[in-house]
Amino acid sequence: MGGRFLALFLVAATIALIIAGTVSPVPAAAAYAGISPTGIMHSASTPEGAVDNLAIAMGHQDWGKAYSELGNKAEFSEQDFIHDLSGSYPSLRTYAILDSYQVRPLHASDNDAQVQLRLRWSTVVGTFLDTRNIQVVRNGDRWAPVWPLVKETRVPPQVFAVNYLRWDVIYRGPGDDWGAQDVEAPHIRIVDMHPVERAAGVVVLGELLNEDVVPAYVSVRATLLAKNGSAIGSEDSFDKISHLLLPKQVTPFLIIFPHVSLSDVDSIHMDPTSNLIAASADPVIEIQDQKMTPAPDASFGGNLVNQSGQIVNIAHVLGTFYDQNGQLVWVADQYIDRALLPQTPVPFSMSVPEDLARKVSTERAVVATYSSGGFQ
Amino acid sequence: MSRACVSLLALMIGAAVLPALGQSGTLNLPKSVEAGAAFSIPTSGSGRATLYIAGPAQILKREVQLGQPIAFAAGDLTNAGHYLAVLSSQSSTATREFDVVPAPQPATLSFLARPSRLPVGLQNGVTGAVYVFDSFQNLITNPTPVSFQLSVAAAPTQARIVTTIQGAAWTEMNSSPKEGNAKFVAQAGDVSAARVIQQVPGDPCGLKMSARKAGDKIQLETDPLRDCSGNAVTDGTVVTFTESWNGGQTTVDVPLKHGVAQAEVPAHNGARITVATGVVMGNEIRWEGQS
Repeated sequence: MGGRFLALFLVAATIALIIAGTVSPVPAAAAYAGISPTGIMHSASTPEGAVDNLAIAMGHQDWGKAYSELGNKAEFSEQDFIHDLSGSYPSLRTYAILDSYQVRPLHASDNDAQVQLRLRWSTVVGTFLDTRNIQVVRNGDRWAPVWPLVKETRVPPQVFAVNYLRWDVIYRGPGDDWGAQDVEAPHIRIVDMHPVERAAGVVVLGELLNEDVVPAYVSVRATLLAKNGSAIGSEDSFDKISHLLLPKQVTPFLIIFPHVSLSDVDSIHMDPTSNLIAASADPVIEIQDQKMTPAPDASFGGNLVNQSGQIVNIAHVLGTFYDQNGQLVWVADQYIDRALLPQTPVPFSMSVPEDLARKVSTERAVVATYSSGGFQ
Repeated sequence: MSRACVSLLALMIGAAVLPALGQSGTLNLPKSVEAGAAFSIPTSGSGRATLYIAGPAQILKREVQLGQPIAFAAGDLTNAGHYLAVLSSQSSTATREFDVVPAPQPATLSFLARPSRLPVGLQNGVTGAVYVFDSFQNLITNPTPVSFQLSVAAAPTQARIVTTIQGAAWTEMNSSPKEGNAKFVAQAGDVSAARVIQQVPGDPCGLKMSARKAGDKIQLETDPLRDCSGNAVTDGTVVTFTESWNGGQTTVDVPLKHGVAQAEVPAHNGARITVATGVVMGNEIRWEGQS
């Protein structure tokens, strides 16, 4: 009797969920199903509908269809349009997929409208937001978006003479005697460490110095210990650190312990690790015009300038924030979705928690770079 | 092989040969034999017998004529340790125990030198440990003098002689104030082993930069970087230039090249420019648009 009731309940719940999903789908599902987030089949008879169509085509990566929807096709080629969305050079954008989008009308007249399209792209390192204010023009009974093309700079053919140092490593061989010498792992040191309680849990912040004369691949693991000595949890910095440290370089790190209260923690065991790796001192990234925007909407931003000839496919900016006493307050980061081309400024901006931003007196940024072919 | 195993083996061999009683034989074994050396065992009695020798990782069996010495060629018994000899004839069984000891002459050294790289001027920063082996890889447990020498160009050589204890000798030495590859040699008898210890410069001392105008930019350049012992800091060391002006900041991490770090930052009148490497701070410049 009970089993029959459960079966009936499950069937009824499934039907209810199907109906709910059809009537009110999540935006991403709606996009892939070819309907707008509002549940109405897309139509270009309104400005929002036209932008919806465009976003849906982008979601399917149907660049041809997306391009055909535009009202200013004559101004640029389909290739330029694809490069705007996916990048001219391999970058996070190249492998990003559209996670969701939002269409927000700004103003409209009979023949012209302004619509904001917020595209949330999904990548292996998280999501990034691409916001475009799109003019939409009436063309007969249809509306067509005028795409605000961001034309990526192309690097003209040239030769860059680069003579930065490069380190290669030869390790001991398998046939060597057990007493034979091997290369020493780089000497690293935690120069600052500071636990903070946040809503999400305990956050361990710190800075790590490569005090050696060789490059190091570094990582930090922290273990929270309870008052009775037992381990509450053990986590590592994952990508909240610059893993490649050149000699005398300092990286911040941030380790999150979700759902842990600082009052339960008696001590913290830190375990920094380093490995000797082949690396190059190139590329050098200048961080220009760094600016802290105070709360509310506190953020830290600036421009990255690649001073080398090598194209940086992915750049990861880590911001370290200190109070008036030089005490570490917070660590934030941001991945840059476009490739860094030589001598071409690329902006970055990372948000800082409002309560902590009020304490920030100075800040420092470091950039970790990844070029195709691994660490170069 | 443990003594218990050897005894058990002897018991088994004895049990196997007891039924075949014949003429008696005796063994006159030396108490110890040098590993790998030739030796002979005088026997008494007459008739034929079988000699079994069991030891660590080695068992020998010989058909012998009693009354004649049993000869073992060089290299027959090479593993140092405790051995059991059983002479079995038709009439009796004789057992003796003896030791095979390592050859006194060192043939190879296992030399562990740590670390392979360290800063200059570090007290007891270099450690060396040596294990002395004979030509058959037996650890020579007799006290053996081992000399350690740490030498680097343009600095006095450090030398020490340490006698092994149970086959091992170790020492600690200071890294020299002069950078460069130090040769760390351990020698026992005629045998030596060498390792290279890379002595690298320490933290920079007196980091100093200068600034000059270059168009709409400021060109920053450090003086050649040296550590407190006067060694040139290694190329590739990252130097951070930070320019701060009214509400804005520019930083650039530059690796040392040919001993100096250079960078260009935008020119802002009144900007404060600082330089640092690792945890070492350098001088500060206030930019007033000078050329």
